[in-house]
Amino acid sequence: MARETFHTLIAHNKRNSFLLIAGFMLFFVLIGLLIGNVWGQGDWTFSWVVAGVAGLIAAILTLMSFYGGSSMVLAMSRAKQIQKRDDPQLFNVVEELSLAAGLPMPKVYIIDDTAMNAFATGRNPKDAVVAITIGLRSKLTRDELQGVIAHELSHIRHYDILYAMLMAVMVGTLVMLCDVFLRSMWWGAGARRSRRSRDSGAGQLILLVVALVLAIIAPILARIIQMALSRQREYLADAGSVELTRNPDGLSRALAKLSGDQEVLEVANRATAPMYIVQPIKKFEERSRGLFDTHPPVADRIRRLQSLT
Amino acid sequence: MNLLWVIIAIIFVIVVVLVAMYNSLVSKRMRCREGWSQIDVQLKRRYDLIPNLVETVKGYAEHEKETLENVIKARRAAIDASGVANQAAAENMLSGALRQLFALSEAYPNLKANENFAQLQEELTSTENKIAFSRQHYNDSVGQYNETILKFPNNMVAGMFNFKAEVFFELEEPAQREAPKVSF
Repeated sequence: MARETFHTLIAHNKRNSFLLIAGFMLFFVLIGLLIGNVWGQGDWTFSWVVAGVAGLIAAILTLMSFYGGSSMVLAMSRAKQIQKRDDPQLFNVVEELSLAAGLPMPKVYIIDDTAMNAFATGRNPKDAVVAITIGLRSKLTRDELQGVIAHELSHIRHYDILYAMLMAVMVGTLVMLCDVFLRSMWWGAGARRSRRSRDSGAGQLILLVVALVLAIIAPILARIIQMALSRQREYLADAGSVELTRNPDGLSRALAKLSGDQEVLEVANRATAPMYIVQPIKKFEERSRGLFDTHPPVADRIRRLQSLT
Repeated sequence: MNLLWVIIAIIFVIVVVLVAMYNSLVSKRMRCREGWSQIDVQLKRRYDLIPNLVETVKGYAEHEKETLENVIKARRAAIDASGVANQAAAENMLSGALRQLFALSEAYPNLKANENFAQLQEELTSTENKIAFSRQHYNDSVGQYNETILKFPNNMVAGMFNFKAEVFFELEEPAQREAPKVSF
């Protein structure tokens, strides 16, 4: 891999994220249209209505999770907010990096778990939270801690939490839509006698088959896109960390330490996994490599960071 | 009649876009100014922390008068310095004097073990980092702002309303360039 600056890395990542999200939205609309078409038996106006309703549901759910998000996640993770006197060094590191980023200082939380991990949450930089486990806090040097916190602050800065929420809602809505469609087919919705002429019968049949196939594949594809986007944002946050600290070594060493940690994070579960700095559910990672990982392999991340030195 | 409406609509859009560009330039410039004052905030923090440090060290290492006095003198010089270049030079002298002071703790294990000293060490390390980071942020803001006023179409708005490039914070002599992160 050629020597890159973090500037080019960041630019590439942003472009890729944009393409992924645009691609996904297109995909979403197409599926909506297709399903609407089958239900409406060729009526394109109806198709648009279905696609529109699906989009509206997605939008409402997004707003709901937007406003309800943070506290739920923190409660799930046994996190406690700390003040400066509880851990001056941690507080100082967060403050230093907030200065470098030009962000207001986020709230700092400690997670009562011996496994090593950290995450960031909050819908925008003003309401942001950075959390770290006791396990990680105790094992990192000041430089490494800086790298990790800078990575988390980059997530906040890049609105990654918002991205993730949006994707989760859209994927969820899509899955729901496909599920409803498949059930409706099962119960014979598309098989109603059409009052239209027989000529369009073959076309409708093809469309039906395509819709069925897509309704089965779409949820899987959607997840793949979602995970690809998640990995992209992790690389972006790594580059963002270097942008703040101007020092890839801190984060590289922290990642190396993190990958050596075998302990599974007890409080994590599938829902919160994507927001941690490394894959917290180790068994899950062993089972399914590549497409369905929310985080890129640590070795790759370290390699990319080293190429910046 | 229709043509008139079209022209009005076009003018309206242009005005909206111009306003957006102007406002964007204003916020970018504000970021630079805020960044600059943030540097000062951190420098002052350092001045305030030092007397406490000197007192603590005196308690354990009275014989190291020279090192202590260097710090006191350097601090005074930095507070009194005027002009960006002089101030930057004085700040660097102060950083150097502080490093020597912290190096003392190696020779005086009691001092090293003192909790107050450890806290001050962390605070001063952090303050050094904050000074460096606030300078870095200032330069980043200046870079973004300067780039924006040069690029088309913002350069036209910049020219119209007299937005000038801001100055980077630079340490003039190579000898004055310290490593950005200090860990004692």
